[in-house]
Amino acid sequence: MLSDASILFQIAGIGIIVALIHTILKQMGKEEIAQFVTLLGFIIVLVVVINGLSDLFQQIRSVFLFQG
Amino acid sequence: MDIIQIVTLGIIASILYILLKDMRGPFAFIILLITGIAIFLAIISQIGAIIRLIESLGQKAAINTMYIETILKIIGIAYITELGASITKDAGLGAVASKIELAGKIFILLLAIPIISAVVEAILNFLPSV
Repeated sequence: MLSDASILFQIAGIGIIVALIHTILKQMGKEEIAQFVTLLGFIIVLVVVINGLSDLFQQIRSVFLFQG
Repeated sequence: MDIIQIVTLGIIASILYILLKDMRGPFAFIILLITGIAIFLAIISQIGAIIRLIESLGQKAAINTMYIETILKIIGIAYITELGASITKDAGLGAVASKIELAGKIFILLLAIPIISAVVEAILNFLPSV
């Protein structure tokens, strides 16, 4: 439970920082780099999410469907 | 008290969601996704304990394990379908969510085919042969 909550805070932190960087880069007029930063942050977060999702599906499979 | 932890997790997640919703990017939705996954992971071990209880009860009542296994598979499909459909609906894709629910219903029906045919055959055995 504790590690799950820390993942939540991690993702929120990454989101806030990425939004900040995006805003600053947009103010500086570097639109492409801002988009790229958003994409990168999204990919980083997606890796975390997919790890959790595969963990969840593995658990469901082992509890309900009797497969390993 | 696990339930207090889960409720706290939900409240924290909603605060972070409100915080991130106004900002750019898809992070608010990912907060939703992670919260759903975390809560589900927290309850799934308890579900395992309940399922072991059901299995032992079934063994004591000498029920064919095929039926219990089918029922548990159906419950699992229902849980997964519910998770996917609610997450998809939260993302704003109501049409896809209803398609996921339809797929879940179809697969449940598919799993129930042996039981339904067994019931029909039992009824046919009761009927006098023409």
